[in-house]
Amino acid sequence: MIDLDKWQEIFSSIRRHKLRTALTAFGVAWGIFMLVALLGMGKGLENGIEHDFRDDAINSLWIRSGTTSKAYKGLKEGRRIQFNNSDYDLLKSQFSEIDAITGRFYVNGSQTVSYKDKDMSFSTRGVHPGHQILENSIMLEGRYILDKDLDAVSKVAVIGRIVREDLFGKEEPLGKQISIGGTIYKVIGVFKDSGSDDEMRNIFIPVTTAQRIYSGKPVLHQMMVSGGNLGLREMQILESKIRNTLSRQKKIDPTDERALRIFNLAEEYQQFTGLMAAIRGLIWLVGIFSILAGVIGISNIMLIIVKDRTKEIGIRKAIGATPGSIVRMIMQESIFITSLAGYIGLLFGIGLIYGLSGVESEYFRNPGINLGMVLTALFVLILSGSVAGLIPAIQAARINPVEAIKSD
Amino acid sequence: MIQLKGIHKSYQTEYNSLHVLKGIDIHIQEGDFVSIMGSSGSGKSTMLNILGILDKYDEGEYILDGNLIKNLSQKEEAFYRNRLLGFVFQSFNLLAFKTAKENVALPLYYQKVDRKKRQAIALEYLDQVGLLDWADHYPNQMSGGQQQRVAIARALISNPKVILADEPTGALDSKTSADVMEIFRKVNAQGITVLLVTHEDEISKMTNRLIRLRDGIIESS
Repeated sequence: MIDLDKWQEIFSSIRRHKLRTALTAFGVAWGIFMLVALLGMGKGLENGIEHDFRDDAINSLWIRSGTTSKAYKGLKEGRRIQFNNSDYDLLKSQFSEIDAITGRFYVNGSQTVSYKDKDMSFSTRGVHPGHQILENSIMLEGRYILDKDLDAVSKVAVIGRIVREDLFGKEEPLGKQISIGGTIYKVIGVFKDSGSDDEMRNIFIPVTTAQRIYSGKPVLHQMMVSGGNLGLREMQILESKIRNTLSRQKKIDPTDERALRIFNLAEEYQQFTGLMAAIRGLIWLVGIFSILAGVIGISNIMLIIVKDRTKEIGIRKAIGATPGSIVRMIMQESIFITSLAGYIGLLFGIGLIYGLSGVESEYFRNPGINLGMVLTALFVLILSGSVAGLIPAIQAARINPVEAIKSD
Repeated sequence: MIQLKGIHKSYQTEYNSLHVLKGIDIHIQEGDFVSIMGSSGSGKSTMLNILGILDKYDEGEYILDGNLIKNLSQKEEAFYRNRLLGFVFQSFNLLAFKTAKENVALPLYYQKVDRKKRQAIALEYLDQVGLLDWADHYPNQMSGGQQQRVAIARALISNPKVILADEPTGALDSKTSADVMEIFRKVNAQGITVLLVTHEDEISKMTNRLIRLRDGIIESS
């Protein structure tokens, strides 16, 4: 059963020290508010950056070619390296750990894309079917590019959601013919991307079609490889194996970073995760210290309260209060004030975070807090309440009744 | 009931040691009504504090109701204070933020008596000191005499063997003093041992036995 008397004691004590209690409680409330707000914001930051990653498969390598910066096997430096379909085939056949692979052919500039009387400008890429996995594209209608489209060098196009909206409005796009730089393509699918809107301004066509129409040669401007469920270490190994294979194939120095640029998204992601962990750690540190400031405040006020109540505690002891009961009385009051104040701060913090939820900008979106954080914060509160009450409580228990009763 | 054997007590001050009690031997029977007198500095308050287990002594033995009161833990001290002793102070020492009834009930709180039961018992004791109608008043709404009666009711509620009163009438006029003494007399008639410190002859005359202290020793008893 709830001990009504103990609560009466606490309330009457608080009533006698309203302003002091309110001021200190504010300190704790503020501390918890800051902790929750910071944690929520941190989560928002994390969500924002994570969102940027989401538009691509996280475990991927982006392979680009450049110009050699080192002479190698009698070949001079300054040679331009260009990937082609055979490099793609080589990687695909040689590395079974590759989960998905695609080449990319960037159709030069922004081509004028027309449907009926509408002329617009979107960028067009020639891709392999694996591109869907690497870009995390989600089909809304129709289908993606398939191997059969590549084999047949079909003039088919998969368009982004925004392309579809701009070009077709409410009209059904599937099966309609659009012109990309004068060539007619049939729309076979509409995709969306969880990344930024720009991704949905793209048009994808079979890579073979792009090569034939816009280059005449089987060149690839970029290759992308997904490692599926590989870990960071394995991704790094895959990266160096691919570097070696391609270097041999293209006769470039394996250490020539400018001829062959491999961007390891997994590494990048790892760094980001590490950074986020560091930020989270920092947030807890700042939060804990601001709570600590509040706790010291509570401890201080409790000491003053104990001092004020010296006589009362002396009387209680004279009529049979054990030191334990005095300790419990002070601790309970401290924990109560801390918890209540902290709870209020917690509510305000959660309120702020909820108010901000839905905010979306490049590096910040949907700040949030989870139950775990809330429970941890509550635990921290009760713990700090006990810590805050401990010293004053011991002080109170030491009060000598004779001295206390004499004092006025 | 109370036995003091060769009690010595000194207070250490910064520069010297003050020998307050210099070998006190007293035997008080159960049901006795005793007053302790002595000029200030005679050690009577110190003695009362030792009797009340509020202070420790350096030498000797103090036996209270068959229990040797020596080297007790704070918890044991609290237990004996709560079960065997009732205190009445010169300045009443009621808790200002509690009503008369709550003040009286407080010792039972520390005996972990159920709240309702505690308050019912408190009313009985308030009735006994003639303050039933004042149960819900706060100390500052009552006269000194009434407050002291509340304090006596509080001392009695734990059903103690001994009531220790430190100048219980010191802050009261003669009429109320007489009332309060009348209550003590009734309490004593119930078989409770009453010890009171006073410096008024009229008060000590109302008790059955007078112990006079002078300079830390018993002058007469």
